Amino acid sequence: MNTLFDKIWDKHVVQQIEDGPTQLYIDRLYCHEVTSPQAFEGMRERGLKCFRPKQIFCMPDHNTPTHDQDKPIADPVSKKQVDMLAKNAADFGLTHYGMMSPDNGIIHVVGPEKGLSLPGMTIVCGDSHTSTHGAMGAVAFGIGTSEVEMVMASQCILQQKPKSMRISINGKLGKGVTAKDVALYLMAQLSTSGATGYFVEYAGDVVKDLSMEGRLTLCNLSIEMGARGGFIAPDETTFDYIKGREYAPKGEAWDQAVEEWKTLKSGDDAVFDKELTFDAADIEPRITYGTNPGMGIGITETIPADAQMANMPEPGFEKALNYMGFKAGQKLLGTKVDYVFLGACTNGRIEDFRAFASMVRGRQKAQDVIAWLVPGSWAVDRQIREEGLDKILEAAGFEIRQPGCSACLAMNDDKIPAGKLSVSTSNRNFEGRQGPGARTILASPLVAAAAAVTGVITDPRTLL
Amino acid sequence: MKQKFNIITSTCVPLPLENVDTDQIIPARFLKATTREERFFGDNLFRDWRYQADGTPNPDFVLNDPKYTGCILVAGKNFGSGSSREHAAWAIAGYGFRVVISSFFADIHKNNELNNFVLPVQVSDDFLAELFRSIQDDPRTEVKVDLPNQTVTNLSTGRCESFEINAYKKHCLINGLDDIDFLVQNQDKTITWEQQRK
Repeated sequence: MNTLFDKIWDKHVVQQIEDGPTQLYIDRLYCHEVTSPQAFEGMRERGLKCFRPKQIFCMPDHNTPTHDQDKPIADPVSKKQVDMLAKNAADFGLTHYGMMSPDNGIIHVVGPEKGLSLPGMTIVCGDSHTSTHGAMGAVAFGIGTSEVEMVMASQCILQQKPKSMRISINGKLGKGVTAKDVALYLMAQLSTSGATGYFVEYAGDVVKDLSMEGRLTLCNLSIEMGARGGFIAPDETTFDYIKGREYAPKGEAWDQAVEEWKTLKSGDDAVFDKELTFDAADIEPRITYGTNPGMGIGITETIPADAQMANMPEPGFEKALNYMGFKAGQKLLGTKVDYVFLGACTNGRIEDFRAFASMVRGRQKAQDVIAWLVPGSWAVDRQIREEGLDKILEAAGFEIRQPGCSACLAMNDDKIPAGKLSVSTSNRNFEGRQGPGARTILASPLVAAAAAVTGVITDPRTLL
Repeated sequence: MKQKFNIITSTCVPLPLENVDTDQIIPARFLKATTREERFFGDNLFRDWRYQADGTPNPDFVLNDPKYTGCILVAGKNFGSGSSREHAAWAIAGYGFRVVISSFFADIHKNNELNNFVLPVQVSDDFLAELFRSIQDDPRTEVKVDLPNQTVTNLSTGRCESFEINAYKKHCLINGLDDIDFLVQNQDKTITWEQQRK
């Protein structure tokens, strides 16, 4: 009761259906090319127009190649999906940032950077990482395609109100420990279903101290603990980030908005369905060893000795280790790495490129490692060049590709070949996620950079 | 797709693995379709477990074992975790499953199943463990899922449990109605809400 989640949710209730879900008003719908075509198709079949087209923003990101975006997409099936989003957006009167538009990028990177995702909003997208936008102090969650169609048709959605959880992380993060490590730590503590049914509010010193980019990373990964969404109460860091962005309120409206946003916090008397507290001192740079994001360890630790220690059933634990080619009890430091991927809605922002560049500066990419550095948006790409990070990266033997989801889920050509080991800043290490047979270790940009220059799993703290 | 739902009695296909994620249910490379081709998604359900790299069926995977048939999929805890892709629900429906029984479902996927008239039935860990044993002992084990009464029965042991579903969604499933119809009919309420907000 009286949590920030309650406040935002309650403000958006159009009606409560008796012994049923809530009809919840949605401020912002984002659409990408993969989970929207069937929703548009459904709208056409029903003869419907979008109810509030100005509140819907579309952009392709999953299929976009990360090179030669000025040329037609070679894969005809990908091309069709990307072209169809442009046509659907035009037919239904929606804003569309097409490939090569200076506004294009991964939807969860672009939304916040354009000021489209604001505190107190309800935000949805047919994508589970919509939780990212919670970093702005919004209630944001992923939905299915039928639900996308609901929002197109009515600007509302029918949802059961989730339970609330507060996760506080207190203390100060150690050197080389990032928001990504915090999230990987939480997933290992809670498992991939520990927060299912909940909306998570992140709090505590660590969260307060995080930059906006760090907060976006943390909230992005809420779904990997099963949570529908995660968010952070807006504060000065949030307001500083939003001020001046294209869709942010301006002038008097800005002052009014900030006044209102300052009230967006859980009451001192707030009661959560679940409260968890963690200590920053327990978190070191982290890596995953298995085939779900909860199967993770500190980088200096060993893989659990058995399923029980991993808190998993036997068949799942064994199946995962077989797939990864690892053994129970094994240490991963020093393991040879084939690919490094920096990017995705998890870690494709400017701060991630700064971190990566800081680690590789004055060093050289290991010869055997193939590295894909993919900015989350053209805006991130422009900032990389403005700050001269491109020069540092190029001098160290790295090339910057063009924006998109890329190797996070390998819907474009950026597929990790079968059997190859990838250190990836993305969000999922599921079997085949980065390409059939690909083996994925999830990690922070610093761990990825350390692997890229040494060719093996390396504790980034030894290179700082 | 909008098949009305009432009472279903069927043999089961067991998948006793936990944390089956939607990338396994339908891998990302099959998400490029632009229509709801149920058959296409159904044919690629559990693609990378079901087929070997050369495209031949994997004889060790349960969908390729003729012993197990029926329109009820029985899966381990935390079924459908990960991506929000509704294609996973389309694949399950397209294959011909009408019910998924598990002891725990991921949120988004559960809604996606319901929106495609596939019924997720959440049972206790004990019920699930016993059902897996029954199916292992006798693949002809039948389960009865009674939506109006919200009960699920393992017909080989007689064990019966009730399951939860809200009255609104139950009404929708039994009568073949969907949420979009409801929301469009309620647009006047939304307009009133928008005006009051300003």
